[in-house]
Amino acid sequence: MITREQAQHIFERAAKSSQADEVEVLIGGASSALTRFANNTIHQNVADENHVVSIRVAFDKRTARASTNKIDDESLKRTVRSAEQMARVQHPDADLLPLSEPKPAPAGNLPQRAFDSTRALGPSERAEVVAKIVDVAKRNHLTTAGICSVSDSIEGIFNSRGLAAFHQQTIAEISITMLADDSSGWQKLNSPDVCNLDAVALAEAAAKKARDSAHPAEVEPGKYTVILEPSAVLDIVGFMFYDFGGLSVLDQRSFLNERVGKQLFGENITIHDDSNHPLQAGPPFDGEGVARQPVTLVKNGVINSLVFARGTAERMKKSPVAAHAGEIRATGHGFPLPNEMGEAPMNIVFENAPADRKTLEQMISSTERGIYVTRLWYIREVEPYEKVLTGMTRDGTFLIENGKITRGLRNFRFNESLIEMLSKVDAMSEPVRACGEESFEMVVPAMKVRDFNFTEVTKF
Amino acid sequence: MKDIAQLALDTAIQRGATYADARIVDERNRALTTKNGKVGGAYDSESLGIGVRVIANGAWGFAAVDDLSREAVQAAAAKAVEIAKASARVKSQELRIASEKPAAARWSSPCEIDPFTTSMAENIEMLLAIDRELKSVEGVTLAEANLNFRRYDQWFCSSEGADIHQLRYTTGAGYAAYSFEGTEIQKRSYPNSFGGQYQNRGYELIGELKLLENARRIGQEAVALHQAEQPPHGKMTVVLDSTQLGLQIHESVGHPIELDRVLGMEANFAGTSFLTVDKLRNLRYASPVVNVVADATPDHGPGLGTFAYDDEGVAAQRTPIITNGEFTGYISSRETAHSIGESRSNGTMRAEGWNRLPLIRMTNISLLPGEKPMSFADLISSTDNGIYMQTNRSWSIDDKRYNFQFGCEIAWEIKGGKLGRMIKNPSYSGITTEFWNAMDAVCSRDEWTLWGTPNCGKGQPQQVIGTGHGAAPARFRNIKVGSAG
Repeated sequence: MITREQAQHIFERAAKSSQADEVEVLIGGASSALTRFANNTIHQNVADENHVVSIRVAFDKRTARASTNKIDDESLKRTVRSAEQMARVQHPDADLLPLSEPKPAPAGNLPQRAFDSTRALGPSERAEVVAKIVDVAKRNHLTTAGICSVSDSIEGIFNSRGLAAFHQQTIAEISITMLADDSSGWQKLNSPDVCNLDAVALAEAAAKKARDSAHPAEVEPGKYTVILEPSAVLDIVGFMFYDFGGLSVLDQRSFLNERVGKQLFGENITIHDDSNHPLQAGPPFDGEGVARQPVTLVKNGVINSLVFARGTAERMKKSPVAAHAGEIRATGHGFPLPNEMGEAPMNIVFENAPADRKTLEQMISSTERGIYVTRLWYIREVEPYEKVLTGMTRDGTFLIENGKITRGLRNFRFNESLIEMLSKVDAMSEPVRACGEESFEMVVPAMKVRDFNFTEVTKF
Repeated sequence: MKDIAQLALDTAIQRGATYADARIVDERNRALTTKNGKVGGAYDSESLGIGVRVIANGAWGFAAVDDLSREAVQAAAAKAVEIAKASARVKSQELRIASEKPAAARWSSPCEIDPFTTSMAENIEMLLAIDRELKSVEGVTLAEANLNFRRYDQWFCSSEGADIHQLRYTTGAGYAAYSFEGTEIQKRSYPNSFGGQYQNRGYELIGELKLLENARRIGQEAVALHQAEQPPHGKMTVVLDSTQLGLQIHESVGHPIELDRVLGMEANFAGTSFLTVDKLRNLRYASPVVNVVADATPDHGPGLGTFAYDDEGVAAQRTPIITNGEFTGYISSRETAHSIGESRSNGTMRAEGWNRLPLIRMTNISLLPGEKPMSFADLISSTDNGIYMQTNRSWSIDDKRYNFQFGCEIAWEIKGGKLGRMIKNPSYSGITTEFWNAMDAVCSRDEWTLWGTPNCGKGQPQQVIGTGHGAAPARFRNIKVGSAG
């Protein structure tokens, strides 16, 4: 793995070969391995090592980027030339800012995010983990499919104004599906430290769902009280956070157009972006090397703040829609330039008061009739301004009757406005680090939501 | 490159592998985008590395590295064997792969104009000219255009003696106009959603797409949608354009026929399939007018699923998937072919790049055009009442590929055999086999286009790859419309 010192040296060699006014180099790299199993067998098992040196040049208000996965002098020179050629043929962009200045790190300590325990999980150790999961499946007369993966990655940014930032992180992940003849169950979790993952507990939980949802009944679609596990909440709410980017509002493609400062969700909804949160992961700087600042996106249901890359903030201040953008300042959420997306909050943390939290068991026991949802799948945006989303339930959908889970159900299709959904949340659990397949990891609670709109039922 | 690949193979065999293959890929990409009168992104990238796949102790292992030095290649091969031996600790049966005569071949996709030799300044100017046309329409609040090139050079060698070098060019382009007004954001894309049209060929594709000629119309349609009618609700006749039908094929035929899904190998992520192996040649998938093939051969056209050999060294083939409505074939690999009684893979294993394992992927999964001459005008004039939908906006399907819901960007009422009022926010839904059995007409060859879907995700780690889908406008009876809203 490339060290900070090696990354700095790569930057210096690239900068030396450039004729541009300014040079920025992003260096990313990872050593990753993933053991994949299905039908109680390891059927795919992979490892790879790769680095990417991504060079941005800027001169005369023009910029472009080129990347290579080779770090010899010739490759770096070729990549610099490529970026310079692309920049030269462009028209000057009056909105293009100089590269970021080096700034002191923000207050607060970043939690440790790289662990030797995770690095130590080699192919034999991953096979042992899978063997334990398969044992759970066999004991329950089920078959299992899933992954056990680890990665050790670096991310660095250096520029010709002296900015230098570097981050190293490990991630371990376990995802398990348990399959019975006509039902299934699922659990997934990841963490920088593999010691936080209990494969057997996850396998047992997934197996219980598969067992308990056997012989699923068909219930008519309609509006139901639903209890969404944190993974289901994550996957559906994840569809709104790109709209919190300032550029999304500037481009008028956001559901927050003309809605910043307004009450959009229920008063019990408060959402932050906080890269320093102990359950979060990722580097403490953005794609331009700007320190990520904590931002309260939603406060008691009111859209409190957008996030802004440096350039977006300056453009927004001069924009006719500035009056509808809330407080405008660079927040450290930009993607590497040049890009069309601008920025987005990627370290989402839901907040609720401990006294208001309910456990999943309390949510179930307080529900006369409802649907319990393990996860959601294939979610897509149907209508962008009211944020209507469609998708399916999957891998453990249950009927709740008189305060108890009574049986498994065939899976539903939903068509639900995210705005309406977050206005109908009757209860939330303690927020936890959750994983899904449609959105990035977040710290989210389970939710009990009334009148969730199921429109169709599928055949299983 | 062959020497490097051979070093990897020799190392793997010395370490105990009973089979090994090595793929070296040298890839180059360029992406140019414009947005609201400016360059949005200008990005070049290159990537070179080797992936080594082995069987040892009757199980798979794979390792890849970006360093082609002797030491790094040997280490990667040794790691692949170590991984395979670890895999073997959790297996239910010995792995066996269908035999395949090793090929020695060189092949290049058709490319009249190498896109990387074209002028970047002229390319940017072309995108900006489209942008100006889109923005010239009052009410267009966001205009985006893109141009994408890829050069993918691959050497495949195996311990069985395969030695295959393939070079593929991909070119793609498209644009979109957005209009925000009141409480609506409307969007129109051309020539397709998700970045437009993509094919495995050179820059000559761009001239055929008539990008600039259609830009003002697309902008006008985006704005006009605000005043359009909301869609009707209920069951009715639906006519789909070939772009939307391409995605319908992708989701409700292409994915269900992947034999790895059918066998449960994708159960944790992408899902499984309703097409269990007992249904082969035993299911009326569709109406008799429906014929679908999986065709990777160059004769089918320069689709994103066209090649000479797949990433296991199996020659490109044409497999009948739906024949006069009957389900007749899966797409398979050397590992899975035996599960349906076949002695040979039908050649659909592909990897995203050098550092990813080949998986069963759609090649060009195409609905064949009708044999009787039928233009789009004929199709509409023979339809009394219904709705004509164009260009995908949203798509969702369950994890066994039964229940789907699609939304389109725009639609028109069909009344008395003529297109009538514009309709916004159209959507339709259904169950896969019921939907395909409801198709009663498809246009003929003149209306058929081989579309490229550049963004198909599958596998863990997830791989994004391009697939091809040929289609002509087609008609479906008694389809549920308007379930999304």
